[in-house]
Amino acid sequence: MTTFGKSLKSFGVEIIKTLKLIARNKVGLFGMIMVLAITLISFVGPLVVPPETRAHPELINKPPSREHPFGTDFQGRDNLTMVIHGGKDVLLVAFLAGVLTTFVAVTVGAVSAFFGGAVDSFLMTITDIWLTIPRFLLLVVVATLVELENVWMLAVFLSVFGWPGLARQIRSQVLSLKKREYVEAAQLLDLGAGHIILREMLPNMMNYIMIALISAMTSAIYSQTGLVFLGVVPFGNNWGVMFSLAYAKNAIYNPNAAASLLAPMGAIILFQLSLVMFSRSLEEIFNPRLRAGV
Amino acid sequence: MSVETSTSPATSSLTLTGILGKIWGNFWVRTIAKKIFIVWVVVTLTFFIIRALPGNPVEIFIIQLMDSGLSEEEARTRAAALMRIDLDAPLSEQYFDYMGNLIKGDLGDSYVLARGKPVADIIFARLPWTLFSVGTSLLISFVLGMFLGMLAAYKRNSWLDHLLTNFSAAIDSIPNTLTAIILVLFLGVIWKVVPLTLMRGSLSPGVQPGFTWEFIADLFKHYAVPGTVYVFSTLGGWMLAMRSSTSSTLGEDYVTVARARGLTDMRIITAYVGRNASLPLVTRLAISLGFVVGGSILIEQIFVYQGVGLLLGQAVAKRDYPVMQGILLVTTITVILSTALADLLYGWLDPRIRIQRGVE
Repeated sequence: MTTFGKSLKSFGVEIIKTLKLIARNKVGLFGMIMVLAITLISFVGPLVVPPETRAHPELINKPPSREHPFGTDFQGRDNLTMVIHGGKDVLLVAFLAGVLTTFVAVTVGAVSAFFGGAVDSFLMTITDIWLTIPRFLLLVVVATLVELENVWMLAVFLSVFGWPGLARQIRSQVLSLKKREYVEAAQLLDLGAGHIILREMLPNMMNYIMIALISAMTSAIYSQTGLVFLGVVPFGNNWGVMFSLAYAKNAIYNPNAAASLLAPMGAIILFQLSLVMFSRSLEEIFNPRLRAGV
Repeated sequence: MSVETSTSPATSSLTLTGILGKIWGNFWVRTIAKKIFIVWVVVTLTFFIIRALPGNPVEIFIIQLMDSGLSEEEARTRAAALMRIDLDAPLSEQYFDYMGNLIKGDLGDSYVLARGKPVADIIFARLPWTLFSVGTSLLISFVLGMFLGMLAAYKRNSWLDHLLTNFSAAIDSIPNTLTAIILVLFLGVIWKVVPLTLMRGSLSPGVQPGFTWEFIADLFKHYAVPGTVYVFSTLGGWMLAMRSSTSSTLGEDYVTVARARGLTDMRIITAYVGRNASLPLVTRLAISLGFVVGGSILIEQIFVYQGVGLLLGQAVAKRDYPVMQGILLVTTITVILSTALADLLYGWLDPRIRIQRGVE
């Protein structure tokens, strides 16, 4: 476990260095603060703000007012409270799916590039097949068959369908790292595949992997929104369910109910944009050529 | 084309393995074999997923039929007739039956949406709408994205570049469902700029398809808003890809040489930079042509556009499994055909690839 401990420590050092660099880029800093703020509101908010448990027939579909800044929905519930309570599941699925997707992609990509030969052509054939299949449709079809009733299962499903593109990118990264002197030196020293991949290559790809993680999160939210809209993932109260319910209740044709649509949709878009801002400035930091303007 | 006859001269023995090896060595034979393999994987996967997963639709369908007053016996024969499979046969036998029908071009019959109507007929009635709406938008977004991406690459690190790239990254991450709802809400309901009837359905009632001015005008009026959504949600990707592709082309020696030779900027942009930078994008265009159907499912729901996406939505809502399976199959085949097209195009556009294939 010492190997693991050391790589964890060097990873920590990396993160502190990264944070210092992020502070230099204002857009990235803003993105990061927004991501943190939304996460905080979604996870701590529900503990502070009491949930909306019952309908208020006298308050149905009211536009924004002082008591209800985001208006009320088709059952007279306060949209602001609903948005605060509805973020947890969306973020959790996005994060879990992002981590799982990245994990599978890194494993497949790194193993494929490192071992080459038959392993490589086998894994890449599978990846290519998986890339060619219209995955979103397959996801829709499978989601109607399996009851995706909890956060974990949805995350697993999204990552099963999301990994191949990223795996190809990781593979080409590892291929280029493989030609570096320090990797060749490690190979000559016969340090073993596990050691070389985990201790020599991965730390040098951490930047890249972090950006990949964020983009995997945004695409998880993208697909999740679509699935919820189709009504194939019925669980709990979350932003997706909020806007698709409002849509199903024809809020779109009722200007008074517009807020019920715009509040959850705004939350999703804001979170997506924050992630993108954050990752774009990360890219700028990690890729010195972009910074220097070469 | 000369590509098709390219085989390796080294294995010219007349033995059976030699001949087989020669056939396998042919690039196109191998490509086609791979494509057929992928179609087979998808068909098999969906067949077994639908039958092996919990919540087996066949059983559910039988229970539905029994609820509507049929005896179990009747319900089973009815289900077997509609799904054209012998439900008591072992799974492997059902599978071969199904595959046999598929090879004959028979996708089975719908059992909820249009009871007993062949799935193939239903899908092909809807396909032109999706191909038209998504295809046109794809081309618009491709051309626009190429232009803007090149502009950004030429003006690297200017405010225009930052604006364009940030804008692209932003619109790339907004789910297209949300864009569609926002457009309907603001254009149709709040500002009332576009009549709502133009955002529901793909034609006004009473308009007959044909080469009439009325039809074409109506077609494009109904297409305008969904088309904007498709363009908006794909533009960012094209722009970013073209920007990075142009940036790397601009660094190539032959561009520097062209500049040194004193060629005009226009000539360099069109003949040297543009042509080479767009190469990888053309492949991507062909690939996304294949994903036309997949991209349309949610948007067609919102605009009640009469395409395959809407059909899939309806099939999902009614759990019409043969239709779902049929759409998945047709979509996979379009994806595979268009990636094959991409391979062809790439070889034709880039002689270096063609030579490599010859050597293989």
